[in-house]
Amino acid sequence: MAGVLGTSIKRREDPALITGRGKYTDDLNVPGMAHAAIVRSPYAHARIRGIDASAAEALPGVLAVLTARDVAAAGIPGVVPVGWLLPDLKTPAHPMIAADTVRHVGDAVAVVVAEDRYIARDAADRVAVDYEPLDAVADVVAALEDGAPAVHEDAPGNVAFDWEIGERESVDAAFASAAHTVQLDLRNNRLIPHAIEPRAVLASYDSNAGSMTIHMTSQNPHVHRLLMTLASLGMPEHKVRIVAPEVGGGFGSKIHHYADEAIVGLCSMKLDRPVKWTATRTETNLTDAHGRDHSTHCALALDADGRITGLRVDTTAAMGAYLSTFAPAVPTYLYGTLMSGQYDIPAIHCHVTGVFTHTTPVDAYRGAGRPEATYVVERLMHLAGETTGLGPVEVRRRNFVSPDAFPYQTQVALAYDSGNYGPAMDRALEMIGYDDLRSEQASRRGNGGGRQIGIGFSSYIEACGLAPSAVVGSLGAQAGQWESADVRVHPTASVTVYTGSSSHGQGHETTFSQIVADRLGIDPEAVEVIHGDTDLVQFGMGTYGSRSAAVGGSAIARSVDKIIEKGKKIAAHLLEASAEDLEYEDGSFRVAGSPDRSLGLGDVALQAYLAHNYPDDLEPGLSATSFYDPSNFTYPFGTHVCVVEVDTETGSIELLRYAAVDDVGNVINPMIVDGQLHGGLAQGIGQALWENAVYDESGQLVSGSLMDYAVPKIHNLISFELDRTTTPCPHNPLGVKGVGEAGAIASPAAVVNAVVDALAPFGIDHIDMPLTPEKVWRAVNS
Amino acid sequence: MTVSIQLEVNGKPVQAAVEPRRLLVHFLREDLGLTGANIGCETSLCGACTVLVDGNAVKSCTMLAAQADGASVTTIEGLAQNGELHPLQEGFWEKHGLQCGYCTPGMILSANYLLTQNQNPNDEEIREGLKGNICRCTGYHNIVEAVKYAAERMS
Ligand code: FES
Ligand code: FES
Repeated sequence: MAGVLGTSIKRREDPALITGRGKYTDDLNVPGMAHAAIVRSPYAHARIRGIDASAAEALPGVLAVLTARDVAAAGIPGVVPVGWLLPDLKTPAHPMIAADTVRHVGDAVAVVVAEDRYIARDAADRVAVDYEPLDAVADVVAALEDGAPAVHEDAPGNVAFDWEIGERESVDAAFASAAHTVQLDLRNNRLIPHAIEPRAVLASYDSNAGSMTIHMTSQNPHVHRLLMTLASLGMPEHKVRIVAPEVGGGFGSKIHHYADEAIVGLCSMKLDRPVKWTATRTETNLTDAHGRDHSTHCALALDADGRITGLRVDTTAAMGAYLSTFAPAVPTYLYGTLMSGQYDIPAIHCHVTGVFTHTTPVDAYRGAGRPEATYVVERLMHLAGETTGLGPVEVRRRNFVSPDAFPYQTQVALAYDSGNYGPAMDRALEMIGYDDLRSEQASRRGNGGGRQIGIGFSSYIEACGLAPSAVVGSLGAQAGQWESADVRVHPTASVTVYTGSSSHGQGHETTFSQIVADRLGIDPEAVEVIHGDTDLVQFGMGTYGSRSAAVGGSAIARSVDKIIEKGKKIAAHLLEASAEDLEYEDGSFRVAGSPDRSLGLGDVALQAYLAHNYPDDLEPGLSATSFYDPSNFTYPFGTHVCVVEVDTETGSIELLRYAAVDDVGNVINPMIVDGQLHGGLAQGIGQALWENAVYDESGQLVSGSLMDYAVPKIHNLISFELDRTTTPCPHNPLGVKGVGEAGAIASPAAVVNAVVDALAPFGIDHIDMPLTPEKVWRAVNS
Repeated sequence: MTVSIQLEVNGKPVQAAVEPRRLLVHFLREDLGLTGANIGCETSLCGACTVLVDGNAVKSCTMLAAQADGASVTTIEGLAQNGELHPLQEGFWEKHGLQCGYCTPGMILSANYLLTQNQNPNDEEIREGLKGNICRCTGYHNIVEAVKYAAERMS
């Protein structure tokens, strides 16, 4: 249907969700269902001397208490694997249930299954675990010090990996001859994803069939099935069905394969009953993989004209107690490769040390490596603007990759396919009224009052949709990075799409129906979209890394194109024309040049299934499957501008304006794209101003509840001002790039740059996130 | 041990015998099958479990079912009347006020309470009125728009 692409169609997902009819995992109840509660270590590091479950087992209604012994007795692999390998990566075992040592607060030591969830929790409290507490180290820098407590015996010095990209020598040379240099020591604060739906699983083992159905909070059910069967439960892959019902947000936290989901599967197998487990908020905070947690030294060299000549980055990145599913990729291939930002930088070197700590594992969280990289580059660009005297706008402009330089090969592996960075910056300046803001700032500074304003920029690059599979495989991924789509046109010309992209709030059903409707020239209402079920969808890599539109959507487009090609052959047969002469437009097959000779999609679809009057060399049916493996990442970009007011007497910060101009390529549904940006902005601004996962020296998570971990609330935030430029992706059929993470990638640097800009008269050039009033006040008063 | 309670839920009388410690949210979700109220934190901090109890927005994870004896409870399932969406439900749909939808029932019921107190709230009043409800997906921008839409429709 014409005009369906690029239109803000209301979401078809919403009627169920606004009336309470949407079914999330914890909403599901099945006959015979029991409830699990997991017993977790209260220590960051301890030896388990013994477990006495007798008091728990004695409680009426308790069905079983399982420990590591039962995992061993079950004869299953019983581990939680890592899915991305780096050269010389240390991969210490991560048992589903800790056997003799616990390595972070929240490590699972036992599980109780009972008839109801209250009894399960009561019984979990009665499991007596005899711990011998050991020294722990939670801080990523302290973990590298001599004599730091070892997290794993087989990872000396707590080093998980040592990785680098770029050329150290050419960077050293750039610094040796630089006219200006700026440098920074910074922390990228550890974050807790906080999807509002806690992780949950309902595992239903069927001993007759030897099969299991697992409903769970998953962003990628097929990947979960693979890891669950292969590494944890040892069941044949085809005997396990994983279904992701409604999923209440993920932001990365529901990509990973966790011990808990496997433990519940084991319980169901042992008891031969359905077993449900839903994390409490405290449990999600202790077990959902955290994000970020870097300590970085970085420096930029510039020539006398303010052109960048070199960038040096040295980062220590926390892995936590175990390597989570994609953890090693995040501070390496998703971080070091982004260091060129929007700039033409002739020499870059990035060195990263991955470090084990006695904390919750760290893995991909919205942006995954790219926010950390953008923060490094854009904080340095702010300082470069100050040091060179060019200011934040001109120093960026002077270094943007020029629009005629694409495709642009960076010094850190990535080749940007397209881009046009100047116009996004221009538009952002126009929206924000830059010159007026600077005058206002100058007059406030002149008045010397306690309320100073600051303007911060962030010109970011993102790399979405990891690709192609062969390349990511050569970099250590233990998974492909394509996506599948099976598109079936039914005899009545309505369509069902089976996609491997698994929505958890993004509105795929709506946008994917728009893609099909546009390409097939039909009403989006005639398109059904099925996802999130390993029995229905043949395979899928899932939804993460802003990949669903660019990779999943492109797979759908490919399948539709195949259907049109087949339809042309059928129509040509029926119209007694040659297939080469047929065109497809607005839902009809037409003979070029003879507008009266045409057939509707419905006529062709019906004939495809009747196959009564049909080409000899063609199989009946009208469906097509595609596995789309992109040739490159996509490269969204944009410029964000944040305006803050800082109370220099109290250190408090007020957000005044936030303008974002993003280029995400072609847009399928503007309303949904804007919504993704809003959500990402809230998380990035949250990181900059409020959010922080804090561990004390003994490894206790001090900010383990929503009382202590400041997820942004509605009164903390403001309405955002958005606009777009459009530079279509040249290498996928839709010209789309991805938008899920842009807000979270760009905004931390924009906010911090704004605050530092406000405090420039105080000689402040950096404050670590989150910028709490206390930190700001201390900086002003030191 | 159980206590017996009588209450009205979405306009219908309900009688039940519940454990004294049973939370209202578990009673609604598991005993009555009204799974619209979600549990995001079970500690009174996220608002996903918000329902109306005698017209007040209440976090049902922080109230015992026994305390609802004699009360009239409205959950998200009871908000649409005669198959017609409530203006707030319409507003959230129209203005893209939800993504994953997990916070949405609580958000809508808190907004409902807000609109009974203030029929024409400005942006700041909306943000002030909904600060007990966390949404991790939308950045709240469109939630403000959704509530304004509803307020306009209701006036
Ligand atoms: S579940 Fe009740 S406030 Fe979070
Ligand atoms: S829509 Fe997901 S938490 Fe609000």
